[in-house]
Amino acid sequence: MIEVIIGHYNYWVVILLMMAGFYTVINRGNLIKKIAGLNIFQTSVFLLYISIGYINEGTMPIIAEGFDKYANPLPHVMILTAIVVGVSTIALGLALIVRIKDAYGTIEEDEIHDQDMSL
Amino acid sequence: MIEQNLSLLLVVLPLLAAPVTAILPQGKAPWLLTLITTWLCLILASWQLSLVTDGSVISYALGGWAPPWGIEYRIDAMNALVALLISGIAAITLPYALHTVEKEIPRHQLSLFYAVFLLCLVGLLGIAQTGDVFNLFVFLEISSLSSYVLIAMGEQRRALTAAFQYLIMGSIGATFLLIGIGLLFVETGTLNMLDLHERLQPIMHHRTVHTGFAFIVVGIALKLALFPLHLWLPNAYKYSPSAISVFLAATATKVAVYIMLRMVFTVFSTDFVRATPTDHIFLLLGVFGVILASIAAIYQTDMKRLLAYSSIAQISYMVLGMGLASALGVTATLVHVFNHALMKGALFMAAGALVYRVGSSQFKKLDGLGRHMPWTFAAIFIAGLSLIGIPGTAGFISKWYLVLAAIEHQSWLIALVILLGSLLTVVYMWKLVELLFFRPITDPALTVTEAPAWLLLPMWTLIIANIYFGINTELTVGVAETAVNLLGIAAIHE
Repeated sequence: MIEVIIGHYNYWVVILLMMAGFYTVINRGNLIKKIAGLNIFQTSVFLLYISIGYINEGTMPIIAEGFDKYANPLPHVMILTAIVVGVSTIALGLALIVRIKDAYGTIEEDEIHDQDMSL
Repeated sequence: MIEQNLSLLLVVLPLLAAPVTAILPQGKAPWLLTLITTWLCLILASWQLSLVTDGSVISYALGGWAPPWGIEYRIDAMNALVALLISGIAAITLPYALHTVEKEIPRHQLSLFYAVFLLCLVGLLGIAQTGDVFNLFVFLEISSLSSYVLIAMGEQRRALTAAFQYLIMGSIGATFLLIGIGLLFVETGTLNMLDLHERLQPIMHHRTVHTGFAFIVVGIALKLALFPLHLWLPNAYKYSPSAISVFLAATATKVAVYIMLRMVFTVFSTDFVRATPTDHIFLLLGVFGVILASIAAIYQTDMKRLLAYSSIAQISYMVLGMGLASALGVTATLVHVFNHALMKGALFMAAGALVYRVGSSQFKKLDGLGRHMPWTFAAIFIAGLSLIGIPGTAGFISKWYLVLAAIEHQSWLIALVILLGSLLTVVYMWKLVELLFFRPITDPALTVTEAPAWLLLPMWTLIIANIYFGINTELTVGVAETAVNLLGIAAIHE
């Protein structure tokens, strides 16, 4: 039992980060915190992909004497692409927040909502 | 030469045109280049469709890496139909965009605007072409990121919050999809759709596969605005620039429906859908979506929002077709994807024309406008008939197939809901007609003239397409049936 828990150490971290990030996106009214939560949520998925590509004592997939266990590099390459996507999403989100701050003078969701309703 | 690389050219062409557009001088040049690109795409997409209508499949190995190791572009009738729809709508939106965009977007942003538009087109076409699930995720994010930008370019400040809300919900959806793809990769070690399908068959009962499937379905459901995950859609459509609401309403959610069909029926299988509660969930959400979104549409006080809620209801029809999980049901879904793009495209163009003349789509500004703008009003009327599903219009064809599928499935309740949805459509479309035509004009000093020809021509092209595809169903139903045959949907066993 203990071995299962410790053996899946990185997956527990993934689940923890995923839930923390997702909760922040849903629960927080501050737009910056929302974007931060989204970032954590996405990062947990990166960690998931990196974990599934690795095996114990595996090396890079280069044929050499003395090494016969190789880690799968494909998930790592995939996640490089996903990181680029994640970075663009965060950048765009922050750029939108700058424009929202200019237009509304606040980045709190409920205050923005009040301003829209009072029109 | 061109024919061998057709599938890739369709994606590469707008991808190369986008950065060139971005550095062109402001003025008409960016628009012209975008126009030429979209029309070239339309020609390529029609060519591609003509190659696969007989049920054959084009397999294109990207960079010469043989599938399933490399990325494969696998074009069958369904891909080609969706690609034709996207490039067709883009090609027809561009003439419409010339004047509306000049009016709504600051002059110094014109070339960037068209560059982002082309990137959005790249993403959507890429989704339609690719046969690789991870490549699909990347294209989905290209199209989504550029659509957030396009929506944020709306004139009012609420465009910014609408785009932000869409960004949050869309990114959550895409991340869910990514988790699902990762879980399937753990189980199979492959990303190619066909290869995935084969390798998943013996391990369909694994819990990881089920979890991955659930993540994928919920992720795509967010992107296609499946009830009750639709909250981002009304504001995103309302506050985006007119040309963008036309383009997104006609393509973005339809492409998401296509992704759902691919994932559910190509990667997984009909048997899997029937063995899990997936089909019942689709039917349940579809029924609620049709009824509740139509009722919500009746209570709107803004034309673009009304059309947006109507879109949610129409998407629910497509989901109903998927939930029936029969050949006839999926044919109905695919035909409705095509036909709904035609009618909603026309309706959003008409809404944009009204906005072009009076500056708002709110009902209190629209009283009696139909008498001043007879051509726009007539377009709304005919597209409305198509939306309701009157015989002789494209809308009738898809509703007819959907009702047939429901009867074949012996779900009388579903058939009843489809008819009830049509009745509710009559109510909200009549509300528009009454407002535009029968109300007195509030401000007699207001002199509104008909929208310019640049706006009317694309609008009426779509209206004529609505009538044409209501009479000649060879392209829509014929191609959809070929596509569904290739999906290999098992017959309903009692």
